[in-house]
Amino acid sequence: MKALSQRRRHPLAALALLLMALLFTGSLYAAASSANQAQAQTTTASEDEVEEGNKLFVANCASCHGIGATGSDAAPSLVGVGAASVDFQVGTGRMPMQMDGPQAQAKPVQFTDEQVGQLAAYVASLGAGPAIPSEEITDASQGDPAHGGELFRVNCAMCHNAAAAGGALTRGKYAPGLADVSEKHIYEAMVTGPQNMPVFNDANVTPEDKQDIIAFLKTIEEQGSPGGADLGSLGPVSEGLFIWVAGLGVIIAFTVWLTSRSS
Amino acid sequence: MSSTTAAKPYVPKTRVGKVTDYVDSRVGGSGIVKEFGRKIFPDHWTFMFGEVALYTFVILLISGTFLTFFYDPSMAETNYDGSYLPLRGVEMSVAYASSLDISFDIRGGLFMRQIHHWAALLFVASVAVHMLRVFFTGAFRRPREFNWVVGCVLLILSLAAGFTGYSLPDDLLSGNGLRIIDGVMKAIPVVGTYLSFFLFGGEFPGTMIIGRLYVLHILLIPAVILLLIGIHLFMVVLHKHSQFPGPGRTNTNVVGYPVGPVYAAKAGGFFFIVFGVLAAIAAAFTINPIWNYGPYDPSPVSAGTQPDWYIGWVDGALRLMPGTLGDNFTFEFLLPFPWGVNTLSLNVLIPALVPAMIVFTAMFAWPWIEAWVTKDKREHHLLNRPRNAPTRTAIGVAGVTFYCVMWAAASSDLIATHFMVSLNDVTYWLRFLVIFGPIAAFMVSRRISLALQRKDREIALHGRETGRIVRLPHGEFIEVHEQVDDYSRYKLVAFESPEVMVPKPDADGKVSRLDKVHGRVSRFFFEDRVAPVTPREIEASHGDHHEEVAGAKDREAITSR
Amino acid sequence: MADSSHGAPGSSVTVATPGRTPEQFENPGLPPHRPRLADRDPRAEKRAERQVALLFFISILGTLLFFAGYFFVELDQTIARLRLQNLLLGLGTAFAMLGIGVGIVHWAKTLMPDHEVTESRHEIRPEQDRRDAEKIVNDILDESGIKRRPLIRNTLLGAALLAPLPAIAIFRDLGPLPGDVLRQTMWDTGVRLTRDPSGTPIRASDVTIGSAFHVIPEGLNEAEHKLEEKAKAVVLLMRLDPEELNPSPGREDWAYDGIVAYSKICTHVGCPVALYEQQTHHLLCPCHQSTFDLEQECKVIFGPAARPLPQLPIEVDSEGYLVASSDFQEPVGPSFWERG
Repeated sequence: MKALSQRRRHPLAALALLLMALLFTGSLYAAASSANQAQAQTTTASEDEVEEGNKLFVANCASCHGIGATGSDAAPSLVGVGAASVDFQVGTGRMPMQMDGPQAQAKPVQFTDEQVGQLAAYVASLGAGPAIPSEEITDASQGDPAHGGELFRVNCAMCHNAAAAGGALTRGKYAPGLADVSEKHIYEAMVTGPQNMPVFNDANVTPEDKQDIIAFLKTIEEQGSPGGADLGSLGPVSEGLFIWVAGLGVIIAFTVWLTSRSS
Repeated sequence: MSSTTAAKPYVPKTRVGKVTDYVDSRVGGSGIVKEFGRKIFPDHWTFMFGEVALYTFVILLISGTFLTFFYDPSMAETNYDGSYLPLRGVEMSVAYASSLDISFDIRGGLFMRQIHHWAALLFVASVAVHMLRVFFTGAFRRPREFNWVVGCVLLILSLAAGFTGYSLPDDLLSGNGLRIIDGVMKAIPVVGTYLSFFLFGGEFPGTMIIGRLYVLHILLIPAVILLLIGIHLFMVVLHKHSQFPGPGRTNTNVVGYPVGPVYAAKAGGFFFIVFGVLAAIAAAFTINPIWNYGPYDPSPVSAGTQPDWYIGWVDGALRLMPGTLGDNFTFEFLLPFPWGVNTLSLNVLIPALVPAMIVFTAMFAWPWIEAWVTKDKREHHLLNRPRNAPTRTAIGVAGVTFYCVMWAAASSDLIATHFMVSLNDVTYWLRFLVIFGPIAAFMVSRRISLALQRKDREIALHGRETGRIVRLPHGEFIEVHEQVDDYSRYKLVAFESPEVMVPKPDADGKVSRLDKVHGRVSRFFFEDRVAPVTPREIEASHGDHHEEVAGAKDREAITSR
Repeated sequence: MADSSHGAPGSSVTVATPGRTPEQFENPGLPPHRPRLADRDPRAEKRAERQVALLFFISILGTLLFFAGYFFVELDQTIARLRLQNLLLGLGTAFAMLGIGVGIVHWAKTLMPDHEVTESRHEIRPEQDRRDAEKIVNDILDESGIKRRPLIRNTLLGAALLAPLPAIAIFRDLGPLPGDVLRQTMWDTGVRLTRDPSGTPIRASDVTIGSAFHVIPEGLNEAEHKLEEKAKAVVLLMRLDPEELNPSPGREDWAYDGIVAYSKICTHVGCPVALYEQQTHHLLCPCHQSTFDLEQECKVIFGPAARPLPQLPIEVDSEGYLVASSDFQEPVGPSFWERG
């Protein structure tokens, strides 16, 4: 008891107390939140990692998300969003946000992989949430692309386009194209529902289904279009523009040549 | 029939001659050769778009025939087991499965599908450009009004051919297109629901629609198009081709190259060129990747769902129309009748029908509208340069702008994502532009036409600017103008510039209402005009020119000394 | 009739008649012919000849390229191989066609005579022809006697007007009459909400805040008219904070603990309204951008739709699965005349 009372004056004591309080509220929240997230909450992060993550968080994120990630007017609380959410948002460069806008945009990643891991560990320690998926479950070669395609068309294509080229949402928001997005990030986006994307929890789209969707996306990305250049996979609009500009342009060049006098 | 009257029957000497004579004496080929062998066709690059349309149609027939051998228009359910792995085992219609087989399992099938679809896009585009050429040069005037109407019908048929073909693969994209057609149809008052049930053979989507569209696409529509192309070309031969005014070209002659050999070689060669260009495009550029869209299913939809470009403007109009105004006003009206309440969806009917009605009515009626305005009943075989008919040109540009804004609206979501702007703002802007864009385009293009006419006038009067500045003995600097030769000048002055027709009172001293309207319309058309240069004006202007040039010569003489 | 003389091409005023003081410029006639390089220089002519032959030779190579692509590229279910074959077939055809086309045109432009020739136009309808034709038509009418025998004429007219009607009537069986089918869907009291496309039922606890389920009625995959039923019955299931829902009187019990189900078929022209923004609670139709606000019972807040999306009343059955309390209370999808 004496030792404890001595350490009460330690500079980190307030922080530790805060952490404990957060852990407490976080676990309360986790217990209250629905059952299907329970399986994702186990974290194997070491205390050091959490500690380092906390430092990074205070330096880079707390100005918006608040000390202890409890949120502010400018940004939501991160208690209970899970490691997957942090790994996605920070790992794709969306966070920290560069400026206010309709939505956070992917940009060059600001942290090393190690730092992203530490931040994720820290946020995961605040409250249970979806964990970073294992390499096994995001392995595209294990999935069934045909089944994934069916699920993709029903659940994803209306926003992301049938060929995953992206599409518009309301008032300046948009669903990004999915080419060059890593398997892990695709998976994390589905479980966490970043920004305006709905959450596709494991009760809705099972982990195996998610793997199939990733397999579908990686298949169509790698194989390319059998017919040649895909003109951005944007459908009839780009095809119409192409025939008017390039097709008709070449034809007009030929008509001019054909009707001009030879020198 | 027999050659008893001829003193000495013709005996061919060579083997080829014998065969030719055998055929000729039975079908009368000599007469055809006499009529067409040396027929004259004027040569101008803008006259080639009709040919592009004809040739793409031939390519469509060739590639389409290939496709029919493998395509199966059945909507029965099947499980795909072809070569495309990401769709293996997926439940789909036989029509879609056979389209996939054409793409993946039949050698050259993908190439044929792509060249067919690219040719279809180019077909409608070339028909449209051909019509714009005819409109802007005034080639629809007497005696060619009916051929213009035949052309308008051909345009509508080519849209129909395109749309029916777009739907055949029964993929997700075209299925949602049909769903939109179904929705628009149901909005038609009184008969809408019945029309939809008759077209789809019951509730949407049913199992009949693909087969029915197939028959329209491969039989009825191409047959009518072929018939109308025949009439169209017959009338071209009858009228002889129109030509641009220029030295040696008058309203009573045709100047150009004879069919044999030059024109036949150019026109024939051009078929191969169009074919080659389309083949190159089909080799390297994907069109309608049906494997991306998946089979039709009423639940999914893809972002960026649009029709092909020629239907896009109607889709764009559907997007631009607001369904509600403020919090309480909607464009859907409930009409109380003695037998119950009926629904009138003006939010669908207005955009689906009104722009198309405006465009097509104006198009069909234009030759007669313009003839009424100008009261010009003469035959015209000499074309207008677009600048020499400023108001018509401006109306045409306004129409094109109206069309293009709606076309752009059909891709409002792609504009939003590609230019990083808000989808809603794009829609607001385009709503504004669809009304005011054509008006602005009208005013600007009429001014541009008049300005170009004035430039022509300057050149005809004073010659071309040479860029050579000389100083006259009294210190003035002038730019030397070089007079254009007679041939070039004739091109600049050979046009008519109609004047405003003031309504004349009749015997009782009264002006009828129609005449008053006509007077106002005539003022609208011809109030601003630039008259062609007359020989007298040239003579008058030559006085100062001689001085200028003489002065310049003096100056040169001085400097060279 | 008096206008017919105006129609003659000779009456054009663009050509000034010589002898009068010219109001307009006289047509100077065709400019003198300018010989081409190949007309003057035999070497240029020979060169052009070789160029044409070379183009035809390129065409031959193009055809060979097509055969190479067709016979020597074997399809092995990989996309790369198919792309290669498509490229070779296309380029082969392109070279084959362009070689011929460009060759012929080059030949015509450089080696065939390029003197412009003038041909005069003829009157489209010479007056003599008109008179002759008029006489023939009158003779035909006289001989047929149609003018003298109104009884025949009128009965023929009546018959000709009636005769096409069967040709229209026979198309009656193109489809059944609508009846009431547009007002009913597969939803009914106790029908479970299941996932699209697997058809597995959904527990209320599965639907977490922020998630969206694409839903079909139980048994749809086995239904006889599957696509027709699906085209009416597809539903989007979402969960919000119950505080954020503002149900109007009479609709308080249509949601279950913040879980709401709305028809996915747009009330505009029927596209699936499937874009759910989980933060703004807006639904967007990707076809024509109608936007619906979940917090106001899917009221239209932007775009061409005029009516809110119909809501499906839902509850939970004894096993915890979500079920419909009833069918939709109004017809789903685009408006139609009889909708009322």
